[in-house]
Formats: sequence, structure tokens, C-alpha cells
Amino acid sequence: MTKEELLSKLKIIITPYVQNQEELDTLTEETDFIKDLEINSANLVDVVLDVEDEFDIEIDNDAMEKMLTVKASIEVIESKLAEK
Amino acid sequence: MNTRRVVITGMGVVAPNGTNVSEFGLALKKGRSGIRLIEQLKELQFSCQIAGLPIYKKDYLTNYFNTVQLRGLNASGMEYGVIAGSDAWTDAGLSTNTSDTPLWDIGVIFGTGILGVDKFREAIYKVDEGKVRRLGSTTVIQTMASGISAFLGGIIGCGNIVTTNSSACCTGTEAIIMAYERISSGRAEIILAGSTSDSGPYVWGGFDAMRILPHKYNNNPTEASRPMSATANGFVPGSGAGALVVESLESAKKRGATIYAEILGGHVNSGGQRNGGSMTAPNSKAVIRCIQQAVKNAKIESKDIDAINGHLTATNMDSTEIQNWSQALGRKGTDFPYINSLKSLVGHCLAASGSIESVATVLQLKENFIFGNINCEDLHPEIGSLVSRDQIPTKTLEISPNIIAKASFGFGDVNACVIFKKY
Repeated sequence: MTKEELLSKLKIIITPYVQNQEELDTLTEETDFIKDLEINSANLVDVVLDVEDEFDIEIDNDAMEKMLTVKASIEVIESKLAEK
Repeated sequence: MNTRRVVITGMGVVAPNGTNVSEFGLALKKGRSGIRLIEQLKELQFSCQIAGLPIYKKDYLTNYFNTVQLRGLNASGMEYGVIAGSDAWTDAGLSTNTSDTPLWDIGVIFGTGILGVDKFREAIYKVDEGKVRRLGSTTVIQTMASGISAFLGGIIGCGNIVTTNSSACCTGTEAIIMAYERISSGRAEIILAGSTSDSGPYVWGGFDAMRILPHKYNNNPTEASRPMSATANGFVPGSGAGALVVESLESAKKRGATIYAEILGGHVNSGGQRNGGSMTAPNSKAVIRCIQQAVKNAKIESKDIDAINGHLTATNMDSTEIQNWSQALGRKGTDFPYINSLKSLVGHCLAASGSIESVATVLQLKENFIFGNINCEDLHPEIGSLVSRDQIPTKTLEISPNIIAKASFGFGDVNACVIFKKY
């Protein structure tokens, strides 16, 4: 899976939780889930569950704690996919 | 209008670090933790495998339930609530009603978040197996939220309000304020107020899934609950019940009751899930307002407060809470009241937290001490910049507080603050 494909899948997953639509339209690797997209921090676990379902991977606590930006999330997903 | 003075004349508690008031009081003074590894959580692969769980032998229940009531009893919150409630009633020197006439001036306000989860699980399995007929007569009374107030109301023979309130982690504190308001306005004389919370994986699982519980302390449970610490990383789930007999001063004096403390007033509000408030986070404006309104309702000045028993769950919201207290009371540094959090010793007992913590607060007034906070030797720098280290004791202080404010904040952006005074 290319990074672009991964990013577009991730974007679809986070869309329902995003409260700042403008930031979503200009999504980059540096985008922060809470600060930029204004995702409620309580919903981050739901994002992680959706990611697990979409990519058929399991994300442990330590990895999850890193998933606060687009970049970090892609890195976690890539490494979990590589472990499969 | 607050027209009558209201006092506390009896207390009962079932806490992870003590299942009666004297044992609990001793644990507070000695800084004894009730947080332990729970094998079942380990087997079920929880991230957080530790919890605050009250410990007693099953046959202890025969002091509180008859053999018919014990048959099929599978509701830990019901056990805790009945033990704490009955103990408080006895402690107040009150007896149960042996006549046919309900006690019209006596009521129960005993809250919970959810009751009889284990019983409900049992029922679900039976229903799904097509065995609904096998549920017996006790499923409803053990799983209805008001099962606990109904049970206690029946033991006592109450004829006034008998209800179960529910406002997440505010529940216990809210129950005491509701009782206070009803008595001060002359609509009741005595109310058994308190709250209870079931234990076990089905109650705690949802919080584990939210990843707001600490998962790095499974091998050293007593260090896990770290309110106000720089290394706080989530609340330890707990369970239990606290109960207080709330009574008009008039009635207490008439029967020569022992008075633990006076309730000066309190306030309950909500932040509307606006201005940074959400289902899980508080609107600081509302928190500040709640504290200030409680002070006003109690007819005191904020400078009169000697100590605070905070909500302080051991998350990154602790700093925000301290900031809110500081702003609400207009006090900081060495002028800030002493502050402690029971959660360092028992974890977060959820719906039961407010009542168990109120029992702890009232004990401090009655027995002249401020219990120490464990696990906050490494004070969070944001808290340290607002409050003098001396005001956050790590060991129990032998001093005589006169007025203590106790607050609880809950999911749904709800707040409750009550003011207790030495009598």
C-alpha cells in the first residue's frame, strides 16, 4: 500500500470525528488530531478501533499513545502492517 | 431557602481500604492503600489489571441480609450499599420501624451509576438460552438502579423520599446536597444519603477501553493512583459505598444524637458541555461557579475554608482542577487551603466516590486530622506553581480543620460542591 493510499484511507476514518472541517480539507502529515482537527480526545480510541478494523491490525497501548498526528499514525500503521 | 440547620449524625463506609468507619479512618491516617491486583482483570487481558476493591468474607453478609435475600444475590453495589447504609443507621443510634405506619419524615437518597451488573449478565445469559422463566424473583430488584434506595428504605420503613440519583462521579456528593436541601427546607427530618458502585470487569471495562486508566503499574498497584503528581497517568478504578445520616439539628438535639459535623450548604450545576466542557471534560467556568455558589450558599467567605477534599482523579485534569479552586476561592501559594485526594488510597470509586470521600472529609473534622496524599512526592509543576508544597501534605497532619469543602465532578460535565463544618 502506498503512503497516498494509506493517507486517503486514514482521512476517511477520521472524517466523522473532525470538528474543524477547514483543517481536514488541507490535511498534511503535520496535522494534529486534537489541536488542528479538534477531534475530542475521548474519540481517539474510536479512531484507533476504526484503524484496526480497516487495516486488520492490532494497536497496543504504547503505539496508540503516539497516534496524535497524521504522520505518527501513518508510521504506526506502516509498522504494524510490516509485522503482519 | 436554607431555614434550618442540618447535621450529620451517623456514617457507614465500605471502601477498598476499610469496610467500616473505624478501619477506614485508621487507613486514612496511616496512608494505607486499598488498591490491588485483580486476577480476573489479568485473565481478561485488561490493560489496567488493578483496582480498588473492598474485601470481606461472604458470610459477613449474613449480618445484613436474611437467607431469602441472600439467595441469588449477585450485585456487589447492593452489598456495599446495604452494609454502609445499615451501619450508618445503627451508628446514628436509630432503629428500624417496627410499626405499620411509615416514618413520614425519614427518607433515603442513595445514588448509583449502575446496579447489579453481574446479576444482569447472569440474566442476559439465561434469556439468550431461552430460560427466562429461570430468572427468579430477584433479577429486577437487583438490577433496577433504585434497587439500593428501595432496599434501604424498606429496612428502615421510610415514608419520605426514597430515591436513587445518578450523575456519574458527582452522584454521592449530589445525594448529600439533595438530602441537605430537603431537610433545611423543612420537608424531611432525617435522610440516609449516600451512593454505591458495583465492582468488576463489566463496570471497569468501558474505562479501560477509553485508555484513561494507568496500565504500567500492574506490578506495583499501590503506586498507581497518583493525584497531583507529575507522573499521574490515569485513574485507578474503584468501588464501594459511603453513607451519611443527614438530620435536622432540631431532631438530632431532641434525641441526643452524636453529631459528626454540620452541613453548611452546597451547590450542584452543569457546564452544559460548552466552553471546553464535553461529555468527559469539565467546563472550568461552571466548576468555578459551582464552588463559588456553594460558598455563598453556606454563608461563609472563601477565606474560611481550611481544607479541600478534591475530585483529583490522577489525570492531566488535576492541574486544571487546582487552577479552578484557586480562581474560585481567590487563594494561592501558602494562602491556599490544605488539599487532599482520597483517590490516592482507594482509586476512583465512580458513583460511590463522592459519598466515600465525604465520609473521609467528615472524619477529618470529627477526629482532627488532614490525611496525607500518597504518590505525589513528585508534585506536578503546574500545581506547584499555584500551591505551596506545605498545603499538599504527603503525611497525615494532626490539626483541627474547622471548615472543609468537598467537590466532585462527573462525566456529562456535571459538578457538585458541599461545605462541611466542625460541630
